[in-house]
Parts: sequence; C-alpha cells; structure tokens
Amino acid sequence: MQSGFRLFPEQASTLAPQVDYLYGFLIAVSAFFTALIVVLIVGFAIKYRRRPGREAEQVETVMGLELVWTAVPSILVLVMFVWGAALFLGETVPPKGAQDIYVVGRQWMWKVQHPNGRREINELHVPVGRAVKLTVASQDVVHSFYIPAFRVKQDAIPGQYRTMWFQATKPGEYHLFCAEYCGTNHSRMGGRIVVMEDIDYQKWLGGYTDRTPAEEGRDLFVQFDCVSCHGTGSRQRCPPLGNLYGKQEQLNNGRSVLVDEAYIRESVLDPKAKIVRGYEPVMPSFQGQLTEEEILALIAYIKSLAPAPSGEAKKVQR
Amino acid sequence: MSTEQIVETREHYLNCAFGWKSWLLTTDHKRVGLLFLISITFFFFLGGAFATLIRLELMTPPGDLFQAETYNKLFSMHGIVMIFFFLIPSIPSVLGNFLIPLMIGARDVAFPRLNLLSWYLFVIGGLLTLCAIVAGGVDTGWTFYTPYSSLFSNGQVVLTIVGIFIAGFSSILTGLNFIVTIHTMRAPGLTWFRLPLFIWSHYATAIIQVLGTPVIAITLALVAIERLWHVGIFDPALGGDPILFQHLFWFYSHPAVYIMVLPGMAVVSELVTTHARRRIFGYKFVAYSSIAIAVIGFLVWGHHMFVSGQSQYASMMFSALSMVVAIPSAVKVFNWTATLYKGSISLDAPMLYAIGFIGLFTMGGLTGLFLASLAVDVHVTDTYFVVAHFHYIMVGGTMMAYLGGIHNWWPKISGRLYPETWARVAAVIIFIGFNLTFFPQFILGYLGMPRRYHSYAEEFQVLNVMSTAGASILAVGYLLPMAYLIWSLKYGPAADANPWGATGLEWQTESPPPTHNFDVMPIVTEQAYNYGNASPSVR
Repeated sequence: MQSGFRLFPEQASTLAPQVDYLYGFLIAVSAFFTALIVVLIVGFAIKYRRRPGREAEQVETVMGLELVWTAVPSILVLVMFVWGAALFLGETVPPKGAQDIYVVGRQWMWKVQHPNGRREINELHVPVGRAVKLTVASQDVVHSFYIPAFRVKQDAIPGQYRTMWFQATKPGEYHLFCAEYCGTNHSRMGGRIVVMEDIDYQKWLGGYTDRTPAEEGRDLFVQFDCVSCHGTGSRQRCPPLGNLYGKQEQLNNGRSVLVDEAYIRESVLDPKAKIVRGYEPVMPSFQGQLTEEEILALIAYIKSLAPAPSGEAKKVQR
Repeated sequence: MSTEQIVETREHYLNCAFGWKSWLLTTDHKRVGLLFLISITFFFFLGGAFATLIRLELMTPPGDLFQAETYNKLFSMHGIVMIFFFLIPSIPSVLGNFLIPLMIGARDVAFPRLNLLSWYLFVIGGLLTLCAIVAGGVDTGWTFYTPYSSLFSNGQVVLTIVGIFIAGFSSILTGLNFIVTIHTMRAPGLTWFRLPLFIWSHYATAIIQVLGTPVIAITLALVAIERLWHVGIFDPALGGDPILFQHLFWFYSHPAVYIMVLPGMAVVSELVTTHARRRIFGYKFVAYSSIAIAVIGFLVWGHHMFVSGQSQYASMMFSALSMVVAIPSAVKVFNWTATLYKGSISLDAPMLYAIGFIGLFTMGGLTGLFLASLAVDVHVTDTYFVVAHFHYIMVGGTMMAYLGGIHNWWPKISGRLYPETWARVAAVIIFIGFNLTFFPQFILGYLGMPRRYHSYAEEFQVLNVMSTAGASILAVGYLLPMAYLIWSLKYGPAADANPWGATGLEWQTESPPPTHNFDVMPIVTEQAYNYGNASPSVR
C-alpha cells in the first residue's frame, strides 16, 4: 500500500503484468484512433471553414473507405477479444495444488479461514510465489473480493460458491476492497492483503492452535447426526462419503456430477436436487441450520476423507 | 423558403391558445415536446444537485461531509433521476416528439392522445419517485441489485420502483407512437432512404423502448413482490437466485444505454450535415448501423457480469458480441468525420456540440472495448473506470447531443435566435469541465478505486480533487444555457423559417410552426441532405 500520486497500480501478482500489457495495447489503439479523429476534425474545421464565396463540395460515398473502416476495427476488436479471453480463461481455472483458503463476506467484513484453522478478519496473509485458491461465499448480499494490485476480483454471491486464484510475486501490503455495493458501510468493507515470504507465512500460520476446519466439520458431522446415515458402520441409507471428493458421481436421472464444494453445499441445503443412483431421497434439508462457515467446515471434513490431489493439502491436515 | 418576419401577428402553435388547459390537455406533439422539456429540465437539475453533493463529499478521503447512508442515497438518487427521468426521455421525448412529425411532413404523431398520456405517466412516475426521495430516499444504487434491494435495504425501494415502473410505460408509449408514425405518416415521396438519419436512429431507439422496457418493468415488480411478501425469487435464503436478477436487469439496462445514445447519434447526423452544408457520407451505412446497434445491443448484457461467476464460456460469448457492437458505432464516427471533408463548416454552437459529441463518444466507445475485454474487465469492473466510461457515453455523448439539438432547433421551437457568442462559450466550458471531471476517473479506476465509495484511500485524493474541480466548471457550463435560452425567449431576435439554410422539411415551415405544421402538405422528391443543389427539396 504505497501512498502518493501515481498513474498505474502496483504489480504484485503473476497476472498483473499480463493484464497491464493488454491494457497498454488497448490504450495504444484508443490513443491512435482518438488522435486520428481529433486531427481530422480540427483539420477539416480549419481548412473547410465557412468563407464567403466558397461553397461546400459534395462528395459521394466511397465504398472502399466504408469497407476499410469496417474491416480494420473488426480485426482490432478480434485481437482484443482473443487476448482478453485467453488471459481470462487462465485466471478462472486454479492450478492443481493451490493453497485452499475460504473467504466469507457479510455486511460489512471479510472473514477468512486458512487450512490449518487460523482465522482472520479483513486481512488475508498469503505466501509469495505460491498459487492460492480462494473459495468465496457470502452470508447475506452480493459482495466482491477485489485486490487491485493482483488485478483479480470475484463476486461473493449468497447461496453459491465462487473460486478465484492468484499467485503473489512481491511481499508487501496491498489493498483489499469490496467492489460490489452492499449497503451502508460498503466503502469500509475492506482491509489489507499481506504477502509474506513462505517461511514467514508458515511461522505466522504455525503459531496457531485452533482446530482445523476439517476437525470442526467432523464435530458438526456428529452434532447434526449426519453420521447415523452417512457413517461407515451405519445401514448405508445414504451414499458413503469416504474417498468421494473430486469424483464423478452417477445420478438417478442418468447424468453424473463432479463432487466439488458447490455440489456438497447443494446436497446439504437442498438434498433432493441431485440424487445419487441407487439411493432414496430421504435426507432432510439443513437450510437455515448451518452458517456459511459451518458448511465450509463440513466440506473441509468431507474433503479430508479423500486423498488430496497433491501433497499440499495433506501437509496442513494435522 | 419563407421570408415571413412578422412573428407577432401570425398564428402558430404557441400563440394559438393560452391558459393552462390549452397546455395540459394539448394533443399537439410540439406542445407535448415542450411539456417534456420543462419536466426533464427540472429532473436534470435535481440529479445535478445530487451529483454536486457527491463530488463535494469526495474532495477528501474520509467520509466527513455526509453519513455513509446519506451518501449512498445521494449516488442512488443521482443515478435513478438522471437515467430514468432525464436521459431516457431526453432526446426522444423532447426533440423526437417535436421534430419527427415535422421531419416526415406529418401533421402530428399517429396517436396524439397517447402521446399526451405518455407525458402524464412520466409526471406521475416522476412525482412518485420524488415522494420516495422526500420520504427518505433509496440507497440501492440505480441497479437495485438483489437481495440487497429486496430484503436488506431500509430505503423507499417499493415507492421508487413503482415510480420507475410507471415512467417506463411513458417510454413504451413514446416508442410505440414513433414506430407507427414513421411507418404510416411519411409525406408522399418520402421513402425510407430519403428519411433524415434522425428518423432512422429514433426508429431504432423506439424498437428498444418497446421490446426492452417491459422486461425492466417486470423485473422491478418482482423485486417489489419479494420485498413486500417475501416470495422467494431472488434471495437464496428464500430459494431464489440473485444472479437471475442481474440477467433480467441488464437485459433491459444495457439496451437502455442505446435508448440514451442512439437519439444522440440521431441529432449529431443532423447537426454535422446542417453546419457543414454537406450530404452525409455513407447514408446507408449510418442508417443501418443504428439498426445493427439496436439488434446486437440486446445480446451483450452479460458483459456486466464477468465477475459474477456466470459460466466462463457465456462470458466469452458476451465479450465477443460486445466487441462486435462497437463496430457500427465506429462506422458512424468515421462517416460523420468524412462528412466534414470539403464541407463549408461553420463553428456555430450546435456544431461545437456535435464535434464535442464525436470526440467524447469516441473515447467513451473505445474505453467500452476495455470493458468488453475479459481480463481487463475483471480488474476495472465496479471501479471508477466504469463510472468514467459511461459518463463519457451518457454525458459526453447524449448530453452534448441534447444541448446541441436544443440549440439547433431553438429557433424552430421558440421562434427566437439564441445569443451565439454566449452559446459558444458555454459549449467550450462544458467540454473542458466534462473532461476535467471524468478523465481522472479512468486513472482512478485502473488504480483500483471502487465505485460507490463514501470514503476512500488517501492516494486517490489528487485525482478526486481534479474531478470535483472539473464538476464545478461543468456546473457553470450547464447553468449558462439555462439562463440565456430563457433570456432569448423575450429578447432574442426573431428567427426566420430556416436560419441555418438547412434542408429538411422542418425548416420549410415557419418558425415557430403553425399548429398543423404545414400550410401546404409537402411532397418529397429528393434524398435527404440534398445540399449543393439549387432546387428546393419541397414543391
């Protein structure tokens, strides 16, 4: 967070310079066409200003010119589209093994939980040089998690999960803003992103002894009696949850679904939406009984029952 | 060309009847246009007052002038008043109403009483919204995003929505009237490709008004239903979908941008040809590009939702289509510029406004490409970059064209000439003030300052102070025409029928026109903008 006057924001993620190159290209194209139009208009206004004894000359439409100034912008916007879309696709798909952090927005604060259970409010500590994937949810209205120095932004939609990811490149402190208007203290709903060297980040994480989200989720799993149907020793009226996360599950309507955060969340809140083949729709809805953070804890627990895609997630389970 | 100078004795639409009844019960399209002119001028200055207070708050980083809630109400009401009660009706309801029948050689619009009803609906909607403002205002932003608007906000959401709902029908009726009028009431010989481009653009606008406005009406009604009776439509806690609202809202509200700017393009095509005494370059390209904008404009709404988490493939489609919609706009800009070539250019106030429009609209359109470009949009959406972009289109574009049009046709409307020097000064002040106000906001946006912020980080202050300074210049620029145009009603020299030496049927009848527009019904034998030919376009 450097204060003082500047024209361009800091670049602190792997994405930032790439977006800035595209931005530079767009500025160049815009400056060229604005200058072209201004020069032509001012030039014509002077050269062909109304003078006594000079009539306007009528010029017929020139088809070639019309084609040129339709075709040239078409090509340029095609370049802009492809370039912007290519970057966008990269920024929407998190790389495998990215560090998982949960973010819940509510009026008017951001609540963050790290994989080892460490929580923070309106701050996010992340290691430099490692991909970080945020799962963003909202407890009330639409918010938007925005880090200008990283050029990333993602709306937090109530009732849905969204993911975003970034890889910080420079230790330091950066702005965190809420970008989607969310009510009275919208402009105060922010804080800072602290990018640390990996070793400092581990130290910062390590001094913490609260339970992990997965441990909390296991307690909730017992507390809400999920275990009586989903537990391994039970009569198996419901699908077993071991080794489930990240798999394709066959549904009774012949389709299949990827078991991810969003599907687990839906199954908790609206169990009848997608029924696994071979099971009856007997599960009650837990809508209104669990907070967003509790649902995230349950998901973390279910995820912990499946082997992580890489060693990354396992390392932080204790 | 008429040479009648004795304005006082001739009967025309202004002096044919006096008294409030002759105005409030009029079915004369010209008088209805003036009723709209007065009403929307009121709303313009109301919206402008809100803008002034916003800019004052933003002089300093902490929120020290107003409470956060008050500030949120100010920007919400600024947006609601300016968009629904000024910009959308501005050019169509005032200049369109006044000029379309004159330009096509008709005695009135197709449904004169419906036209008057349109004004009444506008006034009722406007008064309800004013009631909502007086009763505490609304703090949802003009976008009414759910579930904030439907279940969380404490403002007068329902009353405001009812006001907009009713005013929407005013817009639908005006659009319907224009479509039927343009189809059925053209003078003999006035074929589609002899029409002034003003008509083509208004036709395209009318299509959007008729097809798009019902969608916003239904959408806002659903918000009110969810708010009043807790029916789960948009709030997930009730089983609704907040993204559904965004789709429905932008399905109207992006085309609504073209409701605002297409009429501006309509005006500019007339101003450029009139004050350069040139036939328009590429008539058919300019005409069809209006239709293209109206059609493609309906398919780009998702570019407001790139970070909402809609499918990334949907986002890519919307990005591509948003790029495409820029092309007809570019074609128009190039054709207007080429129209100046070898013209006989007079830098009267209307021409200054037209040139201002072309420059500012070009910048607004080009920065639209930044927002259509996916990866850049993720960074700048919901920041001041967006605020700057749409003010370049709506204020730099539509407002410039509106003022240019008011000046251009002021002699026709009022029968008086406005003071040219003052008008040129005002046009230049507005251009400078506008750029100083809104250009710094592009930089602010890319730096990352989110919009709708009551307080902001220290490093954004310099640019915000520049913006506020520009706004004060802009305010002076807008007050000037208000003063000298009113002055000219009494003291301005009388205007003859065609002070600009323009083609176009509206200039063939006296200023101000008689109640039934034409003493002799015109027959058209030539193309539009037939400059450089000795023969008159009317016989």
